[in-house]
Amino acid sequence: MTDIALNTTHGPSRNWGKLALRWLLFTLLGIFALFYLMPLFVMVTTSLKSLEEIRTGSLVAFPREVTFEAWRTAWSGACTGIQCEGLRPYFWNSVILAIPAVAISTILGAINGYVIAQWKFKGANLIFSLMLFGCFIPFQVVLLPMARMLGIMGIAGTIPGLIFVHVIYGIGFTTLFFRNYYVSIPQELVKAAKVDGAGFFRIFWSIFLPLSLPIIVVTVIWQFTQIWNDFLFGVSFSQAGTQPITVALNNIVNSTTGVKEYNVDMAAAIIAALPTLLVYVVAGKYFIRGLTAGSVKG
Amino acid sequence: MAPILDIKNLYKNYGSVEILKDINVAIEPGDFLVLVGPSGCGKSTLLNCIAGLEPITSGSIDIGGRNMTEVSPKDRDIAMVFQSYALYPTMSVAKNITFGMKVRGVDQATQDQKLQEVAQQLQIEQLLHRRPGQLSGGQRQRVAMGRALVRDPKLFLFDEPLSNLDAKLRVEMRTEIKKLHQNLNASMVYVTHDQIEAMTLATKIVVLKGGVVQQIGSPAEIYNRPANLFVADFMGSPAMNLIPARATKNGAGTQIEITREGAEPLVLTDTHAHDLPEDVILGLRPEDIAEAGFRAGEDVQTADCMIEMVEPAGADTFVVSHLGGKQVTARLHAETSALPGKNLSLAFDLGKVSYFAPDNGERLN
Repeated sequence: MTDIALNTTHGPSRNWGKLALRWLLFTLLGIFALFYLMPLFVMVTTSLKSLEEIRTGSLVAFPREVTFEAWRTAWSGACTGIQCEGLRPYFWNSVILAIPAVAISTILGAINGYVIAQWKFKGANLIFSLMLFGCFIPFQVVLLPMARMLGIMGIAGTIPGLIFVHVIYGIGFTTLFFRNYYVSIPQELVKAAKVDGAGFFRIFWSIFLPLSLPIIVVTVIWQFTQIWNDFLFGVSFSQAGTQPITVALNNIVNSTTGVKEYNVDMAAAIIAALPTLLVYVVAGKYFIRGLTAGSVKG
Repeated sequence: MAPILDIKNLYKNYGSVEILKDINVAIEPGDFLVLVGPSGCGKSTLLNCIAGLEPITSGSIDIGGRNMTEVSPKDRDIAMVFQSYALYPTMSVAKNITFGMKVRGVDQATQDQKLQEVAQQLQIEQLLHRRPGQLSGGQRQRVAMGRALVRDPKLFLFDEPLSNLDAKLRVEMRTEIKKLHQNLNASMVYVTHDQIEAMTLATKIVVLKGGVVQQIGSPAEIYNRPANLFVADFMGSPAMNLIPARATKNGAGTQIEITREGAEPLVLTDTHAHDLPEDVILGLRPEDIAEAGFRAGEDVQTADCMIEMVEPAGADTFVVSHLGGKQVTARLHAETSALPGKNLSLAFDLGKVSYFAPDNGERLN
């Protein structure tokens, strides 16, 4: 009753205040959004301009004449050192590197997490702590021992070698994700399945995997982003012909002779970033859902 | 008949902590065994040991005449219902019930037939295509029971299956489990911390405390002749009155003297001779103390007592008095004239009395 009375007397002024606040908020958010979108805008517009126009025009101007020449060059003609094949071969290197590396590390992480969370054995917590520790070892520390290992195994400088490196480095994170997801599932589920006669892998396959879609998506996005964007391992453990796209991008940008082709550089950078962007757009909603799945029940 | 379940000298340790100590229990086919005790007494651990989900430290477990001590859960011919129901969340109700048969490779026709039988028996036919997440607590409970029933095992194990239900549903399901037991004539082991559940369901009760068996017996034995102070206090609601008293031989009987604050000591005469020490604890259930004139018998003795509190509970009225420094509850009929602060003549039925030793709590008579 009192609320209604208050509303009629003070209503309009209060509404104006609310509206002003809302406008202020949206304006501020808009400014931030523009600030973050600016580099992307510059990249896209520059990649669509000709070199002539870049030299004469302004950085933030729209292209007077849209041309996809720079994109064509970046994809199949730009020079990385002495070869001029563009990004294409390296893009496929990254694809055949990332897909198995993501798949293997995700599967291993799922099984590890399932064991650590649901099949408690002596020392399970210690092993989990050591795996967590593995997440925080700086890349630089493992470079030399890893190079030696790859040499001994005879896969140095090959794509399987790089897959191996990424799987090893990724297991810590994937195990962490799956373990934290599975630890919230009551242990009675495993007990019930044991009484029903199911074994270790049967329980994993029939009961736990069907529950795991959100966390699988999270892990795949995380691993794909890490592996696709990796530069240090790529540059250290590859040789001519097996380099991933990040290394090739670096070579294109750094190995121009004479005039710097900004439009080609920009197009190449966008091409290199597209797959991770695509993964976020397609699976982004699962990402948020999966990240919060453990913390909030429901 | 050979016992369906025979546990001998079972010990269970976690590291250096003894969880279960020297458990010896056997039940006949058709028995309903209830393991009851306060939380942390090891009753659920014992059930998990019977199921084979926990290894035991020493001793043996026989099920259906076969030594199952080292056998894995799936080969013990048991079925288990869990406290959280443990339904497989991504499977439909039908798949939940048939999962065990599918794992064991039972053919599809038999699976369908058994599923229909069980669904009919538990009246869950219309739920078969739903997921566990779409069911209410009571419905989930039924599905969990269905998963056990479809197995047709030698032994059913229940781990506090009713503790997640609200009070009304719990009583309903309790009756239903009892009906099920009678219809199937199955052998069951049931864990609960609720002594009323234990009394109503069991044909045999094991009272556990701190991993040690306190008493094994029929509900009537446990209720009427508790083996020690712990059992006397744990079973029954309101709890048994446990009153410190002095006992002396008096001819062919025993004279019991109970101190009272600000009044003459209460003196009762038990007509039976007992070999009692001087200090005893006298145990008398609330229903064995009545209003004078409402209880007859040769062992009934009356005395005036000061009433401190009157609690009408509908069918009965509970009155609280003070004897031997302890609150004493008596269960009177509903229309009693008892008033707080007034004296009332109470009838003590000494035919039902229990005596306990104050030092170790063991039963004396």
